[in-house]
Amino acid sequence: MLEPLKPVSRGTRIFLGAAFFVLFFAAWGVATFGGFVDGMFLKDPWYTLRIGWSLFTEFGFIEDVGVTIWRVLGGFVLAAIVAVPLGIAMGAFKFVEAFFEPFVSFARYLPASAFIPLLILWAGVGEAQKLLVIFIGSVFQVILMVAVIVGSTRRDLIEAAYTLGADGAGIVRRVMLPGAAPQIAETLRLVLGWAWTYVIVAELVGSSSGIGHMIMDSQRLLDTGQMIFGIFCIGVIGLVSDFGFKWLNQRMYPWAF
Amino acid sequence: MGFLRIEQVSRTFPGVGGGRPTQALERTDLVVEDNDFITILGPSGCGKSTLLRIVAGLEAPSTGRVLLDGQAVSRPGSDRGMVFQSYTLFPWLTVRENVTFGLREKAMPLAEQARIVESYVDKVGLRGFENHYPKMLSGGMQQRTALARALANDPKILLLDEPFGALDNQTRALMQELLLGIWEADRKTVLFVTHDIDEAIFMANRVAVLSARPGRIKFELRIELPHPRHYRMKTSVEFSGYKAELTEQIRTESIIAAQMAA
Repeated sequence: MLEPLKPVSRGTRIFLGAAFFVLFFAAWGVATFGGFVDGMFLKDPWYTLRIGWSLFTEFGFIEDVGVTIWRVLGGFVLAAIVAVPLGIAMGAFKFVEAFFEPFVSFARYLPASAFIPLLILWAGVGEAQKLLVIFIGSVFQVILMVAVIVGSTRRDLIEAAYTLGADGAGIVRRVMLPGAAPQIAETLRLVLGWAWTYVIVAELVGSSSGIGHMIMDSQRLLDTGQMIFGIFCIGVIGLVSDFGFKWLNQRMYPWAF
Repeated sequence: MGFLRIEQVSRTFPGVGGGRPTQALERTDLVVEDNDFITILGPSGCGKSTLLRIVAGLEAPSTGRVLLDGQAVSRPGSDRGMVFQSYTLFPWLTVRENVTFGLREKAMPLAEQARIVESYVDKVGLRGFENHYPKMLSGGMQQRTALARALANDPKILLLDEPFGALDNQTRALMQELLLGIWEADRKTVLFVTHDIDEAIFMANRVAVLSARPGRIKFELRIELPHPRHYRMKTSVEFSGYKAELTEQIRTESIIAAQMAA
């Protein structure tokens, strides 16, 4: 069972994955129903589920979820549109890399959440500000990761393409891009996960809608059930989008998997 | 005259981290006639791959020059097709798309591309595997695809850098016969680098022996075995004679190489 790197069957994998969720909820149930934790700090699973249901049926929570998803995707797509081409150019051409790399490496360490007060000043508390937080949080990371991926294209493949008559443009278009595409897609999948962190932070401050806003409101009502339900919603959406992304990648790049 | 002329070519690599520069190749000359099949034989680390890469234009010589058909070589080009020892098929392309790579670069009409590609898929025996990705192929099949990919471009000269070096013995023997068969039919000019004496004799019209590092062509041997060649020739008396002579030459160089490494 503990032989290194020994594969497990598909059935076992699903069973083990589900088992941990069961264990997690059981522990939660024991802690709350058993009276080990005060309901003030942590509501029990059953209450959380019921309050979650009423959030959707009575308080139109689905709109908040929709708004948040829209923001994540919007900011993420904007970041990708800027970052992927720039990252490819940096990975392919050392000259471009030398120009941008130091600044991007610096900007990468600027925490997106620290920009929120500034962004509120510049862009107000509307949608533009939310998108910008996600954009700033993701764009520099994507640029650097794409640059590294493209820059590490196998040298022997590039040489082979040269001996087949490819020129510089041909190398970028027909070797570097297709070779890097699956890893770039994987990078985007990873960064989409981070974008969820940024959107909630953005919604905790100065927002009137979204999952983060609901969580903030629940704090005022001291309703830990609602807060936990909101956090869980993010987890579920993240899991679903991650599966979708993975599935899409495997469909688009069968040679890489 | 000579179809390919290597004139006074040498190569020195700069020292790493302030170390002394290494000379991989000493000034050397080689003349290859049209339709010639030449193997370059040498102990490992003697700079034979470096010589081939200079002809390919993947590396610049420190001195001297390479002339192909009277033109000085300065960069890689489709007139010099190459097969590498490592597997260099594009993993995102199928066998057929890999073989088409160079023709697409030439912007040849699609029907023409297809005709050429299909004929080479047949020649290297990959019919039925055209739509496979490289990862689904054995090492021998990958190298056959790489050979077809280089040949489909119709290069003036074919450069082979130990193309069968990573294959097992049986596959290697079959690949040698396949390549020889294609050469006997098409009479391409071939420069073939190897460290395997049997392979060098069996394939070539002429064997050029490279000395230990820094490499220099120190000995050439014309192989008079008739064509078409058959694998049984590898056990013939003439073959053994060539082998004895080359073994002696290579042994001296290998001893020098081993002493340098120690």
